[in-house]
Amino acid sequence: MTTKSKTGHWTQSTPLYLDYQATTPTDPRVVDAMMPYWTDKFGNPHSRNHHYGWEAEDAVEKARESVASLIGANPKEIIFTSGATESNNLAIKGVARFYGDKKNHIITCVTEHKCVLETCRYLEHDGFDVTYLHVKENGLIDLDELKAAITDKTAIVSIMAVNNEIGVIQPLKEIGAICREAGVFFHTDAAQATGKIPLDVNEMNIDLMSISGHKFYGPMGIGALFVRRKPRVRLVPIIHGGGQERGMRSGTLPTPLVVGLGVAAEIAAKEMTAEAERLHGLRKRMLDGLQSRLPEIYVNGDLENRIPGNLNISFAYVEGEGLMMGIKELAVSSGSACTSASLEPSYVLRALGVEEEMAHTSLRLGLGRFTTEEEVDYAVERIASEVTRLREMSPLWDMAQAGIDIKSIKWAEH
Amino acid sequence: MAYSKELIDHYENPRNVGSMDESENNIGTGLVGAPACGDVMKLQIKVGADGIIEDAKFKTFGCGSAIASSSLVTEWVKGKTLDEAATIKNTDIAQELALPPVKIHCSVLAEDAIKAAVSDYKEKTGKKGNAAAE
Ligand SMILES: Cc1ncc(COP(=O)(O)O)c(C=O)c1O
Repeated sequence: MTTKSKTGHWTQSTPLYLDYQATTPTDPRVVDAMMPYWTDKFGNPHSRNHHYGWEAEDAVEKARESVASLIGANPKEIIFTSGATESNNLAIKGVARFYGDKKNHIITCVTEHKCVLETCRYLEHDGFDVTYLHVKENGLIDLDELKAAITDKTAIVSIMAVNNEIGVIQPLKEIGAICREAGVFFHTDAAQATGKIPLDVNEMNIDLMSISGHKFYGPMGIGALFVRRKPRVRLVPIIHGGGQERGMRSGTLPTPLVVGLGVAAEIAAKEMTAEAERLHGLRKRMLDGLQSRLPEIYVNGDLENRIPGNLNISFAYVEGEGLMMGIKELAVSSGSACTSASLEPSYVLRALGVEEEMAHTSLRLGLGRFTTEEEVDYAVERIASEVTRLREMSPLWDMAQAGIDIKSIKWAEH
Repeated sequence: MAYSKELIDHYENPRNVGSMDESENNIGTGLVGAPACGDVMKLQIKVGADGIIEDAKFKTFGCGSAIASSSLVTEWVKGKTLDEAATIKNTDIAQELALPPVKIHCSVLAEDAIKAAVSDYKEKTGKKGNAAAE
């Protein structure tokens, strides 16, 4: 195949990109908008004394409005950060530190991104109590479990909007209502949700929301944290300095990146509905194509409550990393342990109750703005033929065909 | 991770994929690893009356390094006596395929698979009093 995608990143020498949950290419319209702010309009947005500063400040404030408008917030509630990792750290540590004297309990969930889980672990070392909610087989939390976990010591509930591995959408509105009623702050890591699904911080009673630029066609190295003003959420900052961003995040704002984030938000607001519909169609095409060619493949996580650009599939009896090596024309990711430094398979899949052996056989397929029908067809063909080849090489496939229950064998775990 | 030419060749064109009848007296079968750990190797040897390994077959569930390691050892054991085959070391396999450090366990598993196949054959022939094959 020699076809190039719209952004030109698929050629014979580079693999077809199907890893849109890892990152997204920066939209060329975003790059165009950023360009002047590197060179001509290079001022420090915090310089109050001259044209260069004002020009940069205007651009930053316009971007703030665009980001706010995408999530139904007030621009004054948007703090720019370096990305969702920083936003999550600031939200959780910031609230914990401010309210910790009276409220030292945090609720989160086992399938959160590492930057939330590690932040919570860190706070545990500092004496905070953390409840890690389980998820159901479909990847969603149990609202009754959440209600039962809230105590009068709970300061904050942090539940991600969309999971990065399986794309499932948590019931944000319901969680928000529960938290508001209990008088507990609700933070959501919306890195994978922003620009993909409609979000409204008021309708959903969200008090803090983390956003990442590079997950929705904006630049890397920029993100935002929404911090509600009414009722007011207060934070102890992590970064101290010149008092920028209402004192919550000091440091000179990177104007070009901020502008890029703003334009990414504008594009998302305009195109989200049509894009979601198109991606739904592509995902269906991909799943139908794979299912028609391959028996015994299993979708991990809820297929209904899910962003349209994500599929996570276990191809039983074929190990994920072995599979990836065979489909090197495709850039995808796997929940197999072999792809990471640890020997454990994906903790997210394990949390859904996916057996370890099945977790080892999973691939995450991420579709996005620049994915075409032709690319989907090509991916289906490559995956299906490679899975078939590797199954013919798999002793487990043989056993399954012969009706032997793999669990009945006493394996020597190593 | 950049893999060696040898490893990729064995992964893309694996030698001796297949199965032999486990119930035959002159076949030794080794099944090592565990699905939960992400790799399972089945290695089979067919031993001639002179005690020499005539043929070898494998099936492997695992990453590219595991598949390549098993493919390589099926080539290596052919024409060897059982004792010679049992001296194949994981370090030889790792070196031949230039396995990265995180993949060394694949070569260990391949060594285990040979040992398991050889001991299965010995056990079988020993029990059945067919010592001539040894
Ligand atoms: C759910 C989720 N949260 C947080 C992050 C971290 O975002 P960033 O790269 O902007 O720090 C990611 C991206 O890997 C993510 O998928």
